[in-house]
Amino acid sequence: MWLTGEEQFKSNLGAGQSWQKQITKRRALVAQATRIQITDVSKIYQTETKTVEAVKNFTESVQDGEFVCVVGASGCGKTTLLWCLSGLHPATSGTVHIDGELLTKPLPDRIGMVFQDSNLLPWRTLMENIELPFQIKKKAVNRKLVDELLDVAGLKGFENSYPGELSGGMKQRGSIVRALAQDPEVLLMDEPFGALDAFTREEMNLFLLKVWQQTRKTIVFVTHSISEAIFLADRVWVMSPRPGRLSRIVDVDFPRPRNIDLQFEPKFIEILKSIRDDVEGSKSGKVQ
Amino acid sequence: MATDNLADKIPDFNSSGGNQGGNGPVDISALANLRRAKGLKEIASVIALAIVVVTLLEFILIWTHTEAYVFPKPTAIIHSLFTDFSTLYWKPLTQTVQTFFMGLIIGSTIGLSLAVLVTLKPGLDIFISPYIIILVTTPMVALIPFLMLKFGFGMTPRVIAISLATGPMVMINSATGFRRTNAELIALGKSYGATEFQLFRKIRFPFALPMIIVGFMVGSIFGLLTAVGAEMVGGGMGLGNRLIYFSSLVQMSQFGAVLVIVATFGVGIYSFFTFVNRKWASWDA
Repeated sequence: MWLTGEEQFKSNLGAGQSWQKQITKRRALVAQATRIQITDVSKIYQTETKTVEAVKNFTESVQDGEFVCVVGASGCGKTTLLWCLSGLHPATSGTVHIDGELLTKPLPDRIGMVFQDSNLLPWRTLMENIELPFQIKKKAVNRKLVDELLDVAGLKGFENSYPGELSGGMKQRGSIVRALAQDPEVLLMDEPFGALDAFTREEMNLFLLKVWQQTRKTIVFVTHSISEAIFLADRVWVMSPRPGRLSRIVDVDFPRPRNIDLQFEPKFIEILKSIRDDVEGSKSGKVQ
Repeated sequence: MATDNLADKIPDFNSSGGNQGGNGPVDISALANLRRAKGLKEIASVIALAIVVVTLLEFILIWTHTEAYVFPKPTAIIHSLFTDFSTLYWKPLTQTVQTFFMGLIIGSTIGLSLAVLVTLKPGLDIFISPYIIILVTTPMVALIPFLMLKFGFGMTPRVIAISLATGPMVMINSATGFRRTNAELIALGKSYGATEFQLFRKIRFPFALPMIIVGFMVGSIFGLLTAVGAEMVGGGMGLGNRLIYFSSLVQMSQFGAVLVIVATFGVGIYSFFTFVNRKWASWDA
């Protein structure tokens, strides 16, 4: 069962406690476990015309079950950083450790990736798309897990639809289901909701939080929307423009589960403004 | 934006391949609508119009007293098609069909293999593409006299010429299709630990299928052109040879009948691949 960890955790805590208390305790329980350790990672691209230093001397770690959002100006190297964490794209220097193990190649069983584009194969139905990773790994499809995930994602009844027949939000939920069906420990998300309209985006944020609270995956989520980052994350990593460095870490300790009205609270806006000032640097507030 | 950053790990074929965005060398999407006639009523009206056009042609030829050697009457052609089919046309038709399919199978197999090769080893591209371009742009019929000196008057020279006409078309279109495969889709496959073979089978090939089908369609039409052209040049076999034969005897209704058979063959190829495209690559529409 896919909620195993959570179930176990609930039983440890005993009945009658509120969701909120559970989460707080859970966090205390897992606080020691480092899932991802990034040590002095730099990434340099060599193009035909120039050398681009996309990420420079990045050192930070992500705890087990933590939700980290990475924000920064366009082209600041946040996507590059994520690709370094995925193992698809080795860092030029520095190391990434997943559960203490040096990352040298993709870890299909432990890391799941969600892309900006839903990346569903258009010639396969939704279900066939979800089955693709199982086929590549030559594993039997975990029907029970897939079924539960489809239910949470509100995609029941669309299993045989082709991506072309689904809305943008449904496609992206489908791609998240595809990643979660592999039951990875870490989910890397590269601006997954960037192409969606504002309302769908809010919906997707709530969906993602719901899934995260049930599964407690470790999530690193790249976004250019600061409010999205604050709404979702435990911690927000703010990156400086090229070369991308970690300029600031913001702890976001709004209680969970969070609802969409959170973004109108003064404290939320305060954090939003301070990160925005950071990202924009000296330009902030001035119309040029 | 992510795709810009993939250059060092995931080969970016778009930069070397050209052909971004479009449907490759030949875009048939505009014509494909012809095949989307819906409903009996629509089909019936198309057929009715064809009958009207043919009838009109017949009457114009009668009214203007056009001689048969100038322009054969549609009825004479149809009559000849039905009465002489087994005696005059069947054997050359089988000869043309046979050489055509042999050439198509050999040419497309080589073309597809080369496309896979240049996709897996992008460096080979610059060595192979000049020859492919020469083969695509040179009419292969021109090689026939030369090939006949080498291989005689049998099927061999024509099969070679047809292979050379179809292969490069299949290769160019397939290679373009393989290369256009979205870099993020490849990254997706790799993130699940897919091998190069799995990437090809599960992602590149299905992605390229619409282009491959177009390659086969265009290649087949080039092949038919070469087949009939080669038969006209020499060898005493096939429909092309019959065209020369009947026109030299000024048997224009028989000539017209052969022309109708060749045209039907061509339309058949087109319809077949349009059908295949709709059946297996409809997601690309």
